[in-house]
Amino acid sequence: MSAPTVSPSASAQTSPAPARKPGSAPLRWLRRNAVVLAGAASLVYLLLPNAVVMLFSFNKPAGRFNYEWRTFSTDAWTDPCGVADMCGSLALSLQIGLLATVFATAFGTFAAFALARYRFRGKGTGNALIFLPMAMPEVVMGASLGTLFLNTRVAFGFVTILIAHIMFCLSFVVVAVKARVMSMDPRLEEAARDLYAGPVQTFLRVTLPLAAPGIAAGAMLSFALSFDDFIITQFNAGPSTVTFPVFVWGAAQRGVPVQVNVIGTAMFLIAVAIVLGGRIASGRRRRQA
Amino acid sequence: MTITLTGISKVFGDFTAVHPLDLTIPEGSFFALLGASGCGKTTTLRMIAGLEEPTGGSIRLGDEDITGLPPHKRPVNTVFQNYALFPHLDVSENVAFGLRRRGITSVRKQVEEMLELVELGQLAKRKPRQLSGGQQQRVALARALINRPQVLLLDEPLGALDLKLRRQMQLELKRIQTEVGITFVHVTHDQEEAMTMADTVAVMNAGRVEQLGAPDELYERPRSTFVANFLGTSNLIEAEITETEGEYLLLKAVGTDTALRLPAERCAVEDPQAGGKVLVGVRPEKITLAHAEDADTGSGKGSADNRLSGRIRDAGYLGVSMQYVVDTPVCPEFSVYEQNVERDARLAPGAEVVMRWRPAHTFALDAAQDADAGTLEDSL
Repeated sequence: MSAPTVSPSASAQTSPAPARKPGSAPLRWLRRNAVVLAGAASLVYLLLPNAVVMLFSFNKPAGRFNYEWRTFSTDAWTDPCGVADMCGSLALSLQIGLLATVFATAFGTFAAFALARYRFRGKGTGNALIFLPMAMPEVVMGASLGTLFLNTRVAFGFVTILIAHIMFCLSFVVVAVKARVMSMDPRLEEAARDLYAGPVQTFLRVTLPLAAPGIAAGAMLSFALSFDDFIITQFNAGPSTVTFPVFVWGAAQRGVPVQVNVIGTAMFLIAVAIVLGGRIASGRRRRQA
Repeated sequence: MTITLTGISKVFGDFTAVHPLDLTIPEGSFFALLGASGCGKTTTLRMIAGLEEPTGGSIRLGDEDITGLPPHKRPVNTVFQNYALFPHLDVSENVAFGLRRRGITSVRKQVEEMLELVELGQLAKRKPRQLSGGQQQRVALARALINRPQVLLLDEPLGALDLKLRRQMQLELKRIQTEVGITFVHVTHDQEEAMTMADTVAVMNAGRVEQLGAPDELYERPRSTFVANFLGTSNLIEAEITETEGEYLLLKAVGTDTALRLPAERCAVEDPQAGGKVLVGVRPEKITLAHAEDADTGSGKGSADNRLSGRIRDAGYLGVSMQYVVDTPVCPEFSVYEQNVERDARLAPGAEVVMRWRPAHTFALDAAQDADAGTLEDSL
């Protein structure tokens, strides 16, 4: 009769604490969350500059330089165009960015289809040359293009900037669209043709929708590159065509106005909104499907 | 509608995919183009669809010459290998694609009916990537059939499915073909698939049709070693014709005095003459195997049978049957299938046996061809 009474007490003593690895609780927590922490740290690293820009857009600097935090103010936000010439340069940059995107995306898409789909003499060379503008240092490209315009007596201004921007955006569009087109199954277009779609219908109903993600990626890349470009623009701009990056560079010599931070923050927020919007839309599509 | 191919050929650079080919595919038939990969069967199908331009020859659909028509103007639809479903459209829009391109706007009822036919009604709003292989296959079929084509082309439609599903879909396809009654042209490398489904099979090899006929005709009376080996298995014996005896040919296996007999009409050689060389063939399941000790008992009723003695080298248990490999003086690896009904325990490797089969189950082929054409060894 003794055995049954003894065993419960024995098990009660041993069961509550299974052997644990040595180390304190915080260390264990660290081990378990190391990947998350590393990820969070890299995100902070990436986004900290944006946070600083955002924060200083609410600053009220003492002098001309917006480098030291003084007091909170929404002055710059309520009067974003308060700085002479800044909004004009912004409008110019947006114009050039949009036009360069449209042209580069259109030409680049055609080129990508040609390079991905057809066989022709010089295809290999074409493929290699397309990469050249991406690999070439911008200074070299900007300077040589400037020399070309100078020697052909083309007046520097809006058109020369636009031509330069289309040129360097083109490669990125070609690369983005080509990657997409190469991964598309040519049998899908054959299936469309088999199902009574003529050449135009096949392109509009099957080819284009399938290539769209690549084209969109190329277009977004183009706009970002064009809007942001300083070096090449500097070599090819006329005296009266001051784009936003050129304006900021000029202003930085004399003291950066807070409004630059406002524009920077606004651009960042718009980009975030576009990305989030795309995410939500694709998520909804997936749920509906 | 009847498809008539006249002298159709296709050359890619210096490779001739299809040699000039004449083929008539009768209306309402289930027609299979059977062959190993690279034999030109898919190219032939693509030329009918209009996706490949023939190098020469013409294609007629009924009385109309469609050789020059682009694919979207041909009343022909294709079920592609790996299906080629549009990934950006859901199942019902995939199925509706052909109708919409022809300007039909009220497609809903037809799409519903078609999805009902292939038993996919509840998946209409899914995207292709959310479907299993078998379901995608049905969508591809529905997408083609909804257009009521004059001819449906199927390019290895079951190739991506596992064996069990493939068997099921074979019957399903046959059912649908009977139900809609349109001409099906089916390309496959699977001889079993072709024989199960098709009314007529054209066996293709190296860009040519080797033989055309009903499945049993091809199987029972192959006219070339390629067909004899590609459709099932054949045992081939080199033999010499000794004499003709009425409707029968008498032969002797080369290098031995084993006598063989077969009806002259089962010889694929034109005008067989005494002294001519042929390959005598027999299917493994037509052979009865007896232990050498019993060979002479019951010989009364089978005295006219072809007989061949040998020694069992290998015996394999296949469930429904036993597969034996028998070494004989005339042919090293004679294949024999025996039903698993009353197994003679003495029929084990090493046993001396006598094989026997009826002359009516024997065929003869021209000896001037490669006896291994169409076998696995040949393709390696």
